[in-house]
Amino acid sequence: MTEGGSRINMWTWFYKLASPPYAYRTAEALMPWFFAVAAGMIGYGLIDGLVFAPPDYQQGDAFRIIYVHAPSAWLSLFAYSTMAIAGAIALIWRIKVGHAVAAAAAPIGASFTLAALVTGSLWGRPMWGTYWVWDPRLTSELILLFLYFGVISLRQAFEDPVRGDRAAALLGIVGFVNVPIVHFSVYWWNSLHQGGTVMRLGKPEMPGSMLWPLLAMLCGFMCFFGAVLCMRLRGEILGRERQSAWVREAVKA
Amino acid sequence: MSVGVFRAMALILRRELRLSFRRPDQLLQPLVFFLIVTTLFPLALSPLLSLLRDMAPGVLWVAALLSSLLSIESLFKADADDGTLEQLALSGQPLEAIVIAKTLAHWLLSGAALVAISPLVATALAIPAAAFGTMLASLALGTLTLSWLGAIGAGLTVGLRRGSVLLSLIVLPLAMPLLIFGASATDRAIGGENPAGAMLFLAALCLFTCSLAPLAASAALRITLE
Repeated sequence: MTEGGSRINMWTWFYKLASPPYAYRTAEALMPWFFAVAAGMIGYGLIDGLVFAPPDYQQGDAFRIIYVHAPSAWLSLFAYSTMAIAGAIALIWRIKVGHAVAAAAAPIGASFTLAALVTGSLWGRPMWGTYWVWDPRLTSELILLFLYFGVISLRQAFEDPVRGDRAAALLGIVGFVNVPIVHFSVYWWNSLHQGGTVMRLGKPEMPGSMLWPLLAMLCGFMCFFGAVLCMRLRGEILGRERQSAWVREAVKA
Repeated sequence: MSVGVFRAMALILRRELRLSFRRPDQLLQPLVFFLIVTTLFPLALSPLLSLLRDMAPGVLWVAALLSSLLSIESLFKADADDGTLEQLALSGQPLEAIVIAKTLAHWLLSGAALVAISPLVATALAIPAAAFGTMLASLALGTLTLSWLGAIGAGLTVGLRRGSVLLSLIVLPLAMPLLIFGASATDRAIGGENPAGAMLFLAALCLFTCSLAPLAASAALRITLE
């Protein structure tokens, strides 16, 4: 970034993406690549993680759900950040595509959060003997799900879509500030109330045979998120720009 | 027209207080709600004082949270409906100052009043008098923070016809850290432990919302009023 030229290039790229037709075509072009990489990574991760990785010495085969659970939990936060940052960009620079990205990301993020909660509670059944434990991770994940619900329903509550977008973007930013506070306070709360009763899923050094499929699943989930985001973004842009000439062209083609 | 910001805030604050005192029923409703909710728990759970004492901090804090939510919905509603809010926004005074004055008025009328009657409820829930100081201080900090969080939610939902459920959906997740620290401060004081840690966190949350929530709430109003 020392040269002026590369900085200008970076901004042209940014401004180009702000144009709905350009963003629509970029999403269209990126989507198959994301899907292909996601399929490869998730395919490898699932086979290696579920079949070839050795069973855990404590948890046996039950630990294998980590290959779905951990990437879902990571993506739940990543999608929230995507949504909040896209909303902030849209609010600050008045870029409409940002709202479309935020609107497209919210339901995906909520789904990943739900997946993390369901897999977490399924994992809890053999580990803790019960489906639900007020574990700090599960609890903060649950609050994250509530935040998603708030943002999604606020956007839909307005009859004027412009206001709905901007209100949802603002709430997304407020929630983004709140996520670390919730996370931290839930840990404090749990240490107060539960002490050592919760069986800790220790975080020992993972051997490579377990770790590689996990990293592959993580990358695969990220690419899957990218692909679904591109897909939903195209739908969002088409819906929002349905009055404009280029959409009629694109749909006719 | 050249009214200073602080003068304008004082005027708005006085107007809010005066309007509320002319409608004493609305003033009392959140307090009566607070009393009724706290009465429900002994009836539903057990009249045993030892058990109640264990649950008292949680009961108090959940009731305070719900009561604050109930009254925050009207923070901007009446003024938005009759156009006063637009006039205030166009008055040349910063919208943040207007939001601060209105929110402080809300806190004085609901939060501070709730703090004032909380010893009554605390006695009924068998909280020892030694813990009253911590309980009052934590509730004062907590209800002020709740008013700020509620102002953001009220600003976001003021244009909506059925905003009340949505308002709770928005504010309750934001208020969860507050519930945790508030209840644990009271809990520790009842148990004779040092509540300083939780109290400091409450104070930090209060300062944090005092400084940032006026900005967020007035940004919300700008979106919904535009």
